[in-house]
Amino acid sequence: MSDPIIKTEDLHFSYPAEDKPKVVLDGVDLSIEAGSFVAILGHNGSGKSTLAKHMNAILLPSGGKMYVSGMDTANEANLLNIRRTVGMVFQNPDNQIVANVVEEDCAFGPENLGVPPDEIRRRVDQALKSVGMYEYREHAPHLLSGGQKQRIAIAGVLAMRPRCVVLDEPTAMLDPIGRKEVMETIQKLNAENGVTVILITHHMDEAAQAGRLVVMSKGTIIADGPPREVFQHVEELRAVGLTVPETVSLLWELRQEGLDVPLDALSDEECTQVLFHLLKAGTPAV
Amino acid sequence: MEPIIQTEKLCHIYSSGTPFQHAALTDVDFTAYKGEYLGIIGHTGSGKSTLIQHLNGLLKPTSGRVLVDGRDIWESKEATRKARFQVGLVFQYPEYQLFEETVYKDISFGPKNMKLDEKEIDRRVREAAAFVGLPDSVLEVSPFELSGGQKRRVAIAGVIAMEPSVLILDEPTAGLDPVGVEQILGNIRDYHEAKNATILIVSHSMEEMARTVDRLVVINDGRIPFQGTPREVFTHGEELEAMGLGVPQMTRVFHRLKAMGADIDPSVYTIEQARESILAALRRKGAV
Repeated sequence: MSDPIIKTEDLHFSYPAEDKPKVVLDGVDLSIEAGSFVAILGHNGSGKSTLAKHMNAILLPSGGKMYVSGMDTANEANLLNIRRTVGMVFQNPDNQIVANVVEEDCAFGPENLGVPPDEIRRRVDQALKSVGMYEYREHAPHLLSGGQKQRIAIAGVLAMRPRCVVLDEPTAMLDPIGRKEVMETIQKLNAENGVTVILITHHMDEAAQAGRLVVMSKGTIIADGPPREVFQHVEELRAVGLTVPETVSLLWELRQEGLDVPLDALSDEECTQVLFHLLKAGTPAV
Repeated sequence: MEPIIQTEKLCHIYSSGTPFQHAALTDVDFTAYKGEYLGIIGHTGSGKSTLIQHLNGLLKPTSGRVLVDGRDIWESKEATRKARFQVGLVFQYPEYQLFEETVYKDISFGPKNMKLDEKEIDRRVREAAAFVGLPDSVLEVSPFELSGGQKRRVAIAGVIAMEPSVLILDEPTAGLDPVGVEQILGNIRDYHEAKNATILIVSHSMEEMARTVDRLVVINDGRIPFQGTPREVFTHGEELEAMGLGVPQMTRVFHRLKAMGADIDPSVYTIEQARESILAALRRKGAV
């Protein structure tokens, strides 16, 4: 097994305040394997974004440790290497675009890293191709759709060749088409390029696409496992202000009626199969 | 039902006479009825934002008319001004438009512009704050100290304080977590019921639309291809997909179920309906 790319040990973080510090992270122990696709789910204020900002040393722990590929983020000498290892993508695409031409925007990161011009050219082309925006390389970013802009922001991060990309609610401001484009790009990044993906979200259907789901509430991890396992805890998730996919909700409702149905159907297809067998067998109440 | 807003052959052309000329709306006949809870769906660029900006006179039609309470809002200056107070518009991400020093001052901006007296302004600010669940203690705080969800509720209160008989909200729940979504939808429903106000809501979430609205209007390519109850609209599954919209997840599951040969009515769109439909089918088989 490879070394974890992200590892926290009893991570604490508080914002200073006048009376008493506001605790945001209250003892987080998390280890993420290189090459995995992990979704972090939580309500607003659960600490999920604060945790994400620790992953490339935008924020430093108030207590405990955060290691990126074995490097302690509290050690300033590691900063450049940490930022090269972990790239961040934020919610609002308009706040992340700095240039007037798509390819120039994408080149901004590698330029800052001091990458030679030929290499930048190669990286930018490759990054834009992998997010499906190569055809738009000479366009003006502000004339593109939200989903396209967000994919350019992802390409800009990819051009720095990070081993891990952390995306903080990258689809929150997008329409359904934009969301689909970005989610497909993220999937591809992980499956084809082997980049570790950490997706912060409160969309259940997006979280369901990850290999592992970590649920946060009040600054701690309250559930951690494959999405189909985590989503079976319908009542616990609701208690912390989250929901489950509609398919799971329906099956849970049917269980309340005494029907013997599994809860782990996340996709339309799986849910349809469960219902079909239920109707066909006319399963009596258990 | 009595119409409160109507458009007649409404056309809007952006950058007319330039190479960028673009028809955003073409011959749109749209009606909102008094007291209804109406949903508007359409993908980005379909013309839905252009349409709602016509309904309180923020945009002027290239041709066609906009009527509020049967009166053309461009007939006179007073008519336009009246329409702007009668039809309240909450933009996308309205929290970015907060600007005052305190929540109280921000909410009172609209009523002040209506030239109401101090006492009436005070009543309206407090009532609007109560509608969106903001406690009195928050009124003297700077809006910039609040959480994202609270800021959005302040922005909505600012429009509610003008007591519009029609409240239009462009994606009021975008970017909020499930609890935030339910709070905002609850606030809107409270206002709808207390004032018998007409609500027009724009959303990208078909699931959310399915469980909140009485009627849906679909906008595509600057026109209204169809409208009706959610049940009617969601029967156009393939057309909606082609428009980049889709149908609620439950509708998709039930259509698959029907296609597999199950003896079931596929016209469901909420979890509650899905549950009832499955239980009814099992009862017919004598299974429960």
